[in-house]
Amino acid sequence: MSLSSRFENIELAQHLCGKLLEGREVPEETRHWLLMALREALANAIKHGNRQDAAKRIHLEMDVVDENLQIRIRDEGEGFEPSQVDDPLAPENRLKTSGRGIFYMKTFMDDVRFQRVEGGGMEIVLTKNLGSAKESAKEKEGKRT
Amino acid sequence: MKANVREAGDVSIVDLKGKITIGSGDVQLREVINGLVDKGKKNILINMEEVTTIDSSGIGELVGCYTSVTNKGGKLKLLHLPPKINDVLTVTQLITVFDVYDSEPEALATYAA
Repeated sequence: MSLSSRFENIELAQHLCGKLLEGREVPEETRHWLLMALREALANAIKHGNRQDAAKRIHLEMDVVDENLQIRIRDEGEGFEPSQVDDPLAPENRLKTSGRGIFYMKTFMDDVRFQRVEGGGMEIVLTKNLGSAKESAKEKEGKRT
Repeated sequence: MKANVREAGDVSIVDLKGKITIGSGDVQLREVINGLVDKGKKNILINMEEVTTIDSSGIGELVGCYTSVTNKGGKLKLLHLPPKINDVLTVTQLITVFDVYDSEPEALATYAA
């Protein structure tokens, strides 16, 4: 789907992702964090990618294949170099007011990949294995009982 | 996001409710805290109990508020952190920056110390 570069659309995308996960027995904890990663990726694309330019679109694809949730987000901005992003855990960056979004995505998803798109724009692909998340939740539950 | 400010002695308690996310609550949080700082309030306690969602933008604003208050010689502390917001602060090691309390009277007492 294609969305306009407005922050309000983050909620819509989260809602649709939630629908995609319905009936897949995804633990609530996993669901919460992957929706947060989706939020961060979209916010990044809208703010830093498209710079909230109403003429630019956000392209979003979400699918579950073999228990892997894959979220693909492409903006129409100028792109950036992921390796140049500051480490938010470094003492000199800890009190910065920005720069944590990518860190959160990497923390809450199994895999996060960035690539420049031919013709302009940046694509980010977020992957989460829902099967391992279920196993992990079962193990935690087992330890509690 | 909704913010209600009440006073307890020389401490301003800010009760937040709802989302602190990009485009919805993040800037508002900054405005509320800066408004208090501009009025000369130095002791600020943010009650997070009814905050439902926060993202990196909201966390960034929280950090910015902490810096603004601290730079003016004040103290900004957090009260009643919901577990998931606690997690979000923990993974970025910000939990070590903020003083966090589960009891309002206990938090208020620390300002007098």
